[in-house]
Amino acid sequence: MGQEITGREALIRSLIQEGVDTIFGYPGGAIMPIFDTIYDYKEQIKHILVRHEQGATHAAQGYARTSGKVGVAFVTSGPGATNTVTGIADAMIDSTPLVVVTGQVVSSLLGSDAFQEADVVGITQPITKWAYQIRRAEDIPTAVARAFYIASSGRPGPVVLDITKDAQNGLLDYHYEKTTFIRSYQPKPEVNSKEIEVAAQIINDAKNPLALIGQGVILGEAEKELVAFIEKSGIPSAFTVLGLSSLPSDHPQNVGMLGMHGNIGPNLKTNECDVLIAIGMRFDDRVTGDLNTYAKQAKVIHFDIDLAEINKNVKATARVYGDVKDTLPAITKLIKEKKYPEWLSEFRACYEREYNVVIKNELYPESGNLKMGEVINKISEATNNDAVLVTDVGQHQMMGVRYFKYQQTRSVVTSGGLGTMGFGLPAAIGAKVGAPGRTVCLFVGDGGIQMTIQELGTIMQYDINVKIVILNNHFLGMVRQWQELFFDERYSETVMKNPDFVKIAQAYNIPARKVDKREDIDAAITEMLNHPGSYLLDVDVEAKGMVYPMVPAGTCVTNILLGDE
Amino acid sequence: MEEKTLYTVTIFSENTVGLLGQVTSVFTRRQLNIETLSVSPSALPGIHKFTITIFTDRDMIEKVVKQIDKRIDVLKAYFNTDEELIHQEIALYKLSTPDFLKMGTVEQLIRKYNAKILEINENCVVLHKTGHHAETQALFDELSKTIGVLQFIRSGRIAITKSKIERLSDMLKDIERKQNRLNE
Repeated sequence: MGQEITGREALIRSLIQEGVDTIFGYPGGAIMPIFDTIYDYKEQIKHILVRHEQGATHAAQGYARTSGKVGVAFVTSGPGATNTVTGIADAMIDSTPLVVVTGQVVSSLLGSDAFQEADVVGITQPITKWAYQIRRAEDIPTAVARAFYIASSGRPGPVVLDITKDAQNGLLDYHYEKTTFIRSYQPKPEVNSKEIEVAAQIINDAKNPLALIGQGVILGEAEKELVAFIEKSGIPSAFTVLGLSSLPSDHPQNVGMLGMHGNIGPNLKTNECDVLIAIGMRFDDRVTGDLNTYAKQAKVIHFDIDLAEINKNVKATARVYGDVKDTLPAITKLIKEKKYPEWLSEFRACYEREYNVVIKNELYPESGNLKMGEVINKISEATNNDAVLVTDVGQHQMMGVRYFKYQQTRSVVTSGGLGTMGFGLPAAIGAKVGAPGRTVCLFVGDGGIQMTIQELGTIMQYDINVKIVILNNHFLGMVRQWQELFFDERYSETVMKNPDFVKIAQAYNIPARKVDKREDIDAAITEMLNHPGSYLLDVDVEAKGMVYPMVPAGTCVTNILLGDE
Repeated sequence: MEEKTLYTVTIFSENTVGLLGQVTSVFTRRQLNIETLSVSPSALPGIHKFTITIFTDRDMIEKVVKQIDKRIDVLKAYFNTDEELIHQEIALYKLSTPDFLKMGTVEQLIRKYNAKILEINENCVVLHKTGHHAETQALFDELSKTIGVLQFIRSGRIAITKSKIERLSDMLKDIERKQNRLNE
């Protein structure tokens, strides 16, 4: 037998049943009853008051990405809910499990253009895995159970629960049962042994195979299974931005990053390999460039849990539909133990070329202004290559994913698919809350930080230890780079006149320092990392730095710009 | 470019609010126009059936149907070409009674098109015809040329597959059987 309680209390109890201990949110009229209940449950659930609802969703994303749990955000109706749209869309395209609870006007007013009413389910349906409006208190436990099941199973994603004020206050007979089954939703496909056999045969016959690893491995918690597969198969492995850190950077078969600003080796070899094995990745256009010239010579094996991704962008010779946690061990059993020393040495040769032409000058310049790569590399080394990298979006992001190094999984938090400027600062807050034992380093541009800079207030209020590094070039750098390359150096609206970020940080009681000389950077990094709390470093970097290598958008992956050779 | 054909997409879903929007947004994102649409309760309680026709190529229809199929409340989505289906549309034609009586070829017309007269009053006659799009169109064209059509309405396509495919009820039983096995 259950007991009669309010909908809002049922919501909080349901969240506790789902193991939720942290909520990022912002109160307002239509969600006030729920916030009143949170007040009673302070001991069990920590609520972090952000400074803007977009920050709540990005923080929940950062939390989900480092902890592996579902991120939860609470916001009010109307503007509160619409402010979460960017974060929800970001979570959708990057497969991040979120449950976003939005308050809604009382059900009798629905559809009447009531104060702070917005059609939240209608707005968010195309950018959520599931969006549902709860109008009766008694529906709350079931809806919450479904929300967590849907958000976290299969290919994860965001769920919106829009709860009317009367449902929050109504009474129900409370009884909670986790959802493990929805008849119209089969998130865990059975492993098809025929598919495994076909794929194993292709791998066993391969001469120059290349594996492309995506976030699916991390989401499926299949890092060990991945290591077993690649070490037995001997296959060189390249990573999408979101797949980074699923294998340590220094693993001998880790040949680097794919994509527009990826390493030369994996991009060139994509069009030379005879078998391309995609594991939990979706052939995003930033990875493939022009599909008509992409890996045409190769047999493609596609491992994915989402059937709609198979054959969406690249036709698969063989598909392996399922959870990589199950399919990787199944295929590892059937493949021969192999080594590809010559093939791997070709990747090393590519890396040496890239090192000499691009990397050396980016990481170890002898004159001129500080460079982004240089600062990132120093901080990575100073944290023993074991910190969590959080980035915003732009040049510093690509430099970050290129030059930061990893030893553990879940070490990269970045907006890959949506490319959301303003993601970095709130996501770093969530990342730290989700992985309190780890050092969290945020790299952010002078443009991006100003999109969500108010979240410094959240850092101050909750004493969240995030190392904030502004790579400040006084430009919207990535747009400026494209203007230089493709728009005749017409720098339309990319010059930034910036505030004094050190003073801003100080106003939030966050220690800060500005660095513009090479001789000061090491000491500043040491000071930042040794400081027990959050710290902001505003680093003046080369104004017109470029991210190379670069495959221009929509061109062949072998069309790689390297800058001045 | 692959050749475009008319595909019939069949979707079985839970009867949830807003599902039509979810389905149509998949087409909208791909800039596909829905030619016809028909939604009704299926033979199974609580399950709705959508029949949608779309002009596109095979590669595209495969992709969009998979994207529809993965929506949480969709039980099953699949597509067929005309050859694989028995399909039907209904058309109603409103004509002026005086003009209709003056035609003098009513019997011929009704026989030729296998049409029915649903209503005759002093103002108007309502004809009814079922058939493929081309057939209902042919009657419309003939009436337009002769006496003119006051109003014309055609339903969306309804369709049934010819092949022996898995029935939805069997699929549901199978899903529940697998689930029970997992729970054991």
